[in-house]
Amino acid sequence: MLSVLIPIVLTVNGEKYELSIGPTETLADTLREKLGLTGTKIMCNEGECGACTVLMDGKPVLSCLLLAVECEGKDILTIEGLAAPATGELHPIQKTFVERSGMQCGVCTPGMILTAKALLEENINPTEDEVREALAGNLCRCGNYKRITECVLAAAEMMQGGK
Amino acid sequence: MLSPKIEYFTPKTIQEACSLALQYKGEAKIIAGGTDLVVEMKRKEVLPKYIINIRGIGLDYITYDDRDGLRIGALATIRSIQVSPLIRERFNILAQAASKLGSGQVRLRATIAGNLVTAATSADTIPALMVLGAKIKIMGADGEKIVPVENFFTGPGQTILKSDEILTEIQVPNLLPRSGGVYIKHTIRKAMDLAIIGVAALVTMDGDAVSDARIALGTAAPTPIRARRAEAILKGNKISDDLLEKASQAALDEASPRDSLRASADYRSKLIKVLVPRAIKQAVEQVKAE
Repeated sequence: MLSVLIPIVLTVNGEKYELSIGPTETLADTLREKLGLTGTKIMCNEGECGACTVLMDGKPVLSCLLLAVECEGKDILTIEGLAAPATGELHPIQKTFVERSGMQCGVCTPGMILTAKALLEENINPTEDEVREALAGNLCRCGNYKRITECVLAAAEMMQGGK
Repeated sequence: MLSPKIEYFTPKTIQEACSLALQYKGEAKIIAGGTDLVVEMKRKEVLPKYIINIRGIGLDYITYDDRDGLRIGALATIRSIQVSPLIRERFNILAQAASKLGSGQVRLRATIAGNLVTAATSADTIPALMVLGAKIKIMGADGEKIVPVENFFTGPGQTILKSDEILTEIQVPNLLPRSGGVYIKHTIRKAMDLAIIGVAALVTMDGDAVSDARIALGTAAPTPIRARRAEAILKGNKISDDLLEKASQAALDEASPRDSLRASADYRSKLIKVLVPRAIKQAVEQVKAE
């Protein structure tokens, strides 16, 4: 007798996907293996590092600890969905990461950017401490924290300017 | 994390959840936030044949009334507890504890029931719930029972919960006026660290004296513990450095800190001596500032 596969509809980056998922498949695995959205990175695979962070209904969650079957009816945003769909224009946070060396190896980057996006949606003018606090659940193995913080603050300025 | 023969259920009522838990007793695991269970499953520490997702049974409320105090549904997320204006105003120590659990991402999914049922000695909400005198409501085949939080734990990672029972609610009685509490979590990182030592302190003041003091320690023993001898030393007295030194020594004597990967028993002992006085002082300051 095999595992019972469960039919679900996942909404990812505005698109609906009909899938048949085993109950223990994580959202991270579904995104990467079934939907080919490998922008979401799996680093520690046990919810300690935040690299797998995606936004679910606008809030940052660890996709490696979510069962895909729990995510039906939610709006999932991955890093692939962040740039403007029609023009491909990068989100301000993506722009500042590019311009100001927010990446070194890049593994933490998708999770960092999405967590930062959720912060700026809630608080468009964070202090440096508030940025560091909000990103405390995202580890950077290259130690690029200072630049990452500067990128987020610069993006906040850009977004306040209405750009 | 695939494992053969797994079935997944999403009950819509407590009764349905309890009857599933009873039916698959011993082979089922309940999933709430998943931030502990999914990790255990990945490490193959736990291999359930049945997974019962109880997020749909409507237990995520936070309510209060003047007579019964605070009622928190088992599935209230740690985040909702952290930001609840009600909890921040009236039971602030619990909001403090919630704010220190895991990380922002974890707090959005983790539930208070999960923190209790995983029953790690380093759990953040447990010392706060202990000093608040909280009680736990459990539903099972035998019906409902209410248990003081201190009686819930039987060992590291172990509780009195039977495999067909579900934790449904946490009840926190009203505090006396002029009460204040502080939770100190000693860690290396800002987030995602377990407490090396956790101290929860709640005081009630009568003038300049402490009419009641409650202290609970995390990661200082196989389960979180109340430090009752330390409390007795403070009760009825004005706080002084000398008194706090005696109380922290009593707390240390009641604890049994051990060597682990993250800290030595010796360091933990020193931390208890420093953090118990600090927590009491901060709790007293909090009351005076009101």
